[in-house]
Amino acid sequence: MTDEQFEPKIVAFLCNWCTYTGADLAGTSRIQYPPNVRIIRLMCSGSVDPTYVLKALLDGADGVLIGGCHPGDCHYQSGNYKARRRIVALKEILKQAGLDEERVWLRWISASEGQRFADTVTQMTEALKAKGPNPMRQEWAV
Amino acid sequence: MKTVIPVEGNDVLAAVRGFLKQLLERGGVEAVLAPMVTPAGAVTPALVSDAAALDAVDPLAPVMGLNAARVVGPVSIREPRGRIAVVLRPCEMRALVELVKLQQASLNDLVTVVIDCTGTYSVPDYDALRANGGVDRAALMAAMATGDLVPQDGFTFRDACEMCEKPHAVGADVMLELFGADLSAGIPVTLPDEMAQALGLSAAEGSGTRVQVVDKVVAARTKVRDARFAEIRQQMDAEGIEGVFASCVRCHNCMTTCPICYCKTCLFKSPIFDHEPIQFMNWARRKGAYRLPADTMLFHLTRLNHMVLSCIGCGVCSDACPADLPVARVFRAVGQQTQAVFEYEPGRDVTEPLPLITFTENEWTSVGEER
Ligand code: SF4
Ligand code: SF4
Ligand code: FES
Repeated sequence: MTDEQFEPKIVAFLCNWCTYTGADLAGTSRIQYPPNVRIIRLMCSGSVDPTYVLKALLDGADGVLIGGCHPGDCHYQSGNYKARRRIVALKEILKQAGLDEERVWLRWISASEGQRFADTVTQMTEALKAKGPNPMRQEWAV
Repeated sequence: MKTVIPVEGNDVLAAVRGFLKQLLERGGVEAVLAPMVTPAGAVTPALVSDAAALDAVDPLAPVMGLNAARVVGPVSIREPRGRIAVVLRPCEMRALVELVKLQQASLNDLVTVVIDCTGTYSVPDYDALRANGGVDRAALMAAMATGDLVPQDGFTFRDACEMCEKPHAVGADVMLELFGADLSAGIPVTLPDEMAQALGLSAAEGSGTRVQVVDKVVAARTKVRDARFAEIRQQMDAEGIEGVFASCVRCHNCMTTCPICYCKTCLFKSPIFDHEPIQFMNWARRKGAYRLPADTMLFHLTRLNHMVLSCIGCGVCSDACPADLPVARVFRAVGQQTQAVFEYEPGRDVTEPLPLITFTENEWTSVGEER
């Protein structure tokens, strides 16, 4: 597979109130962004268990995006603050375990930031293209 | 208050038993939870209400098969309950502190008694020693004076103990301070004033050099620890964690024995992984081959994410592993770095919140804001 042909797959866990709505706005505003992202809607970034991220990565997703409301704006008050700590821990653990923590992105994107959502997906797609496919795609013995 | 428990005829164990008997008879506790020798000679925690039965407790037996914090939960978690003195190793005390924070145990009505640790043998090694002439207890007790603790010929202490840099009692109600003490002269102990009064013990300083000896032991163990961490980190860098756990048979023993892994609704005991048959087929098609049982790395990485911040390094996971995998080395090494990120030390302080249930607004403020 050459780099030109490689189209990364991004699994995105987006909070219902901010980032998912932001993604929706990007769509309704007809803002162009790469079709590489598969969106899973959750109620809050605070409900993203690290297991979800790990399952996606181990089964070969090239990147995982977690999107939530900006600090202070979480509809459940503190979900995103807790998510922030959880993702900080997850990335540290991935790094320690010899896995590529840079495949996991956490971004705060509000309901009105359709452009920021599109930009994020564009940037992430480019970054993952530069990295190449997740080696876990081929690894059967995990 | 500091005092000294008298030791007669160099029998340290008899002095410890005598102290526990006093606690039971006059110290305001209704039972003692301590390692006890079964009629078959095995050592297991037991909840002892009869003072006479305390003749069979053996908190100095250098063996560790399970982390006793696991059994403190069920006897302490809710009222009505008894007032219990729990005799623990330092690593068990640290596990108990974490379990209290996880709301799986309660310190109310508990008197924690922690004894400086000699280091321990695995259960099979301990049994082999017992079968072949016995465990040299006197040598271990004598070695506490200098901290030069050596296992018997042909045996080693458990891997976790060889790299244990916290073998000394801290943070308990009662602390039996064996390090640096000439135990034939008595056991230095720190305990609450009221308890000393009830037991008729008056203030006395041990003659020992505990601080220096603890420092020495900690320095030596830290060196061993760092070497083993370096080794396992190198392996994880070279082969990935999947290389380290390549021969895992997914028995879940590591999780079952872990004192921190308490979840009754653990994902890995749930039907969530009972996928439809066709799903396995899809995965096999996608990757060409698919390891079964599935999700082995997911198991280990999830466990790391769920509990490594509370890993206190008792090493029972490694002992329980039928594939002899270095589970505890991985968890301790990853734990060390991850705990450092949150400036958290498991078992240090029961009032310190668990890192993943607390937060402040002004931390990691650039995370998530990248443009
Ligand atoms: S890990 Fe430390 S405290 Fe626990 S049994 Fe071993 S030496 Fe003792
Ligand atoms: S005890 Fe060992 S073989 Fe069993 S699940 Fe844990 S690592 Fe795998
Ligand atoms: S509701 Fe959006 S992060 Fe909590």
